[in-house]
Amino acid sequence: MNYVPHTDRDRSEMLAEIGVANLAELFSDIPSDVRLGHELRLPAPMSEYDLARHMGALASKNRTTDDLVSFLGAGAYDHFVPSVVRHLVSRSEFYTAYTPYQAEISQGMLQAIFEYQTLMCELTAMDVSNASLYDGATAVAEAATMACRQTRRQQVVISAAVHPEYRTTLKTYARNLGIDVVEAGMKDGATDLEELGRLASSATACVILQNPNFLGSVESMEVAAEVAHRNGALFVACVDPISLGILAPPGEYGADIAVGEGQGLGSPMSFGGPYLGFLTCRQELIRNMPGRVAGETHDPQGRRGYILTLQAREQHIRRERATSNICSNEALSALAAAVYLSWLGKDGMREVADLCLQKAHYAFDRVAAIPGFRPVSETPFFKEFAVRMPVAPEQAGAALLESRILGGLPLGRYYPDLGDAMLIAVTEKRTKEEIDSLCRALEGLA
Amino acid sequence: MTMPLIFERSEAGRRAYSLPECDVPRKDATELLPGWALRKRAADLPEVSEVDLVRHYTKLSQRNHGVDVGFYPLGSCTMKYNPKVNEDAAALPGFSALHPYQPEELAQGALELMYELGRYLCEIGGMDEATLQPAAGAHGELTGLMIIKAYHESRGDGAERTKVIVPDSAHGTNPASAAFCGYKVVEVKSDGRGGVDLDSLRAAMSDEVAALMLTNPNTLGLFDENIVEIAKIVHDAGGLLYYDGANMNAIMGIARPGDMGFDVLHFNLHKTFSTPHGGGGPGSGPVAVKKALAPFLPVPVVEKTDGKFVLDYARPQSIGKVKAFYGNFNVMVKAYAYIRALGAKGLRQASENAVLNANYLMRKLAPYYHLPYDRHCKHEFVLSGEYQLASGVHTGDIAKMLLDYGFHAPTVYFPLIVKEAIMVEPTETESRDTLDAFVDAMIGIAQLAEKDPEALHTAPHKMVVGRLDDVTAARRPVLRWRPNKQTNAG
Ligand SMILES: Cc1ncc(COP(=O)(O)O)c(C=O)c1O
Repeated sequence: MNYVPHTDRDRSEMLAEIGVANLAELFSDIPSDVRLGHELRLPAPMSEYDLARHMGALASKNRTTDDLVSFLGAGAYDHFVPSVVRHLVSRSEFYTAYTPYQAEISQGMLQAIFEYQTLMCELTAMDVSNASLYDGATAVAEAATMACRQTRRQQVVISAAVHPEYRTTLKTYARNLGIDVVEAGMKDGATDLEELGRLASSATACVILQNPNFLGSVESMEVAAEVAHRNGALFVACVDPISLGILAPPGEYGADIAVGEGQGLGSPMSFGGPYLGFLTCRQELIRNMPGRVAGETHDPQGRRGYILTLQAREQHIRRERATSNICSNEALSALAAAVYLSWLGKDGMREVADLCLQKAHYAFDRVAAIPGFRPVSETPFFKEFAVRMPVAPEQAGAALLESRILGGLPLGRYYPDLGDAMLIAVTEKRTKEEIDSLCRALEGLA
Repeated sequence: MTMPLIFERSEAGRRAYSLPECDVPRKDATELLPGWALRKRAADLPEVSEVDLVRHYTKLSQRNHGVDVGFYPLGSCTMKYNPKVNEDAAALPGFSALHPYQPEELAQGALELMYELGRYLCEIGGMDEATLQPAAGAHGELTGLMIIKAYHESRGDGAERTKVIVPDSAHGTNPASAAFCGYKVVEVKSDGRGGVDLDSLRAAMSDEVAALMLTNPNTLGLFDENIVEIAKIVHDAGGLLYYDGANMNAIMGIARPGDMGFDVLHFNLHKTFSTPHGGGGPGSGPVAVKKALAPFLPVPVVEKTDGKFVLDYARPQSIGKVKAFYGNFNVMVKAYAYIRALGAKGLRQASENAVLNANYLMRKLAPYYHLPYDRHCKHEFVLSGEYQLASGVHTGDIAKMLLDYGFHAPTVYFPLIVKEAIMVEPTETESRDTLDAFVDAMIGIAQLAEKDPEALHTAPHKMVVGRLDDVTAARRPVLRWRPNKQTNAG
């Protein structure tokens, strides 16, 4: 298979039109010493049927979250994805398009991005949104560099309660840019605000907190925002968009930049990607914003239309002085988010968040009542909580699998002092019966 | 007439959603959370019925051009056909319903796929080890440069090597990625044949240079015949060679960056390996390196031990992570399926036919458009709209007119070293009929440029909107919808 439509006759006629005797002539400029002398060492080609079977066989070597009852979260969530999302993002006019550089022939995607931007502004209560970033981790890193440009400062204070992989990613980015990353520790499952206050200074470009944080706890975002602003720094809020159906949005507690992972908004978990990095901010910051953005404009007849705009920030214009190197983003995930949020609407958004809240709290009450199980903190939480247990969490996970339950994340790898704790996530998909069976299985371990 | 926004279709009380029951005892949110933590004003999301929602986005899709709709000769983007079987494979629950943190034993199929894909890419690129973590080409560039930096640091001259060289023909992400990695960017000129000017390169080279970023064939679609000499100049001064894999579609199975002397490269799975571009993303930008650079790859790396696939985090010299989890896995599934379907022969044929199509188009168009570099091209070529400029017609006008013919426009005004650049990449999956129709359209436009330039200035005429005002869009940015507060009384 090669998906090439040419017949041999096409090819020979085309070669004749070009004025060469054979294909090899077209490659005569490749020096012989760098030419590959053999066929690539790859498995033999497959027919479509054989390929489909092979892919099916590979897929079946995985256990899925459809097959198991999942209480695993930690940055990737088993939220319900309605059929309309998959059907609409499968419209091939959308998914086989490139970036909408030629606006007039790409109005569908541009309008969808404009709608996405509006939805994200509404959800986060911020002024402007970009068209997406790679994921939550890079969104945190981009927000940090954005804050450094804006404030002309080179230090970032981040809470140790932010997702460990986001912090690692931030540090990887920051290191090369001479940005100093300072971590504020945790106290009772949330950011130690006193330490945060001590670390932030007039050298700080931004303070970054996650809400709910990695352990699921609700942070005192307003207090943290004050710490940042008192020092002339920006406040960056990394948030779970689903939580914003109930929890205060970044715009309500004075965040300057809101970022986060939008996977929960209509994207499957797909073993970690593609996801959706989102970034919204205050109006004053737009010239420092990374990534693409769609704007409204009009044609000569006054008809409304959409176009990629404010491109003077971007790499193809500004090159080494661009606000980011990002080019391709996660447009299709943004489209999925737009469809998902429009499917939910105002009431559904609140309802899905409330379902997570209710079911997670039911689970929390039941798990915490099991002898030997003890919550890591009493701090309020949303859909995820950490619990200490009398057996090793890895061992508990293995035991839960016997009841076809995918347990929560063992926390020891990320927080050594939480070696006996498991992070349990409960989405709207979990039923009372499933939560009860989780508790029964855990009881058996106590 | 104006296409409404989803918000303008909203009607209070309508709904599309249905969610599971709350089957646990329900408490008021204020009992579970402190008042300060709660949202005060609900997000004003649209309220629509499911059928309205479906029609809205279906209509939007009809206002969009994709490869499935028609020809998309967008240079540097490799808009080849995206095989449907790959979409089906990626949608299998066995791939899509996997949690990134589920135990490795429960994800052996996914890890095997990643492991094998990494190996295939190394073979195709002539490299030793790969990471699949980067989410796109630019992300791969950044990752690759971080690896280069870590390599120099490990050898003790990281602090001195502060510069990265990019040719003046490079894509914008190359200098932007270098800057994002903390490097100073030095530009080198192209020579008369479109390659790197060797004298400029020699002059720019020093022990302050960390790397040269290049793509070969370059952004003019031309193979740089001096590549071995270029590699020697860079290596002799202790620098490394970075390969921007955007143009891999020209050389699969024919030549390999690793054999040309490149030390690091990224692939664009969303270009060369047929994964759809999604209207702007997701992409996937795996990075492959030579052995000496492998210790610095981001963690985790998929390893195979005793027949089992594992995620290896124990790599003390690693640059860390560039993204959460392991990369855009769903995109990897499609690229893997593509490579398995084509095999070595199919990949080579894909490149050969991509080059055939590009040369065919180039020769057919050369009498009508200025061809600044007249030699065999590889998978793409660059014309200049200079002839048309004489009648006051710009490349941008030509691009807009092409839309009326049902074609997406080529890439325009890139690379920057060609005046009024028109960069055409047909890909191997287009038939001669399509290419001929495109040639006819381009000839028609060249003729129109002489006869009726005004028709081009006002193009497009047949799209759902006329030429959009980009100046106003940037000057007075309207980046979100807001409800119209003025009520039309009566
Ligand atoms: C030559 C070249 N380099 C790099 C890139 C960046 O790739 P991506 O958009 O996947 O980040 C592109 C994409 O257009 C390109 O054409």
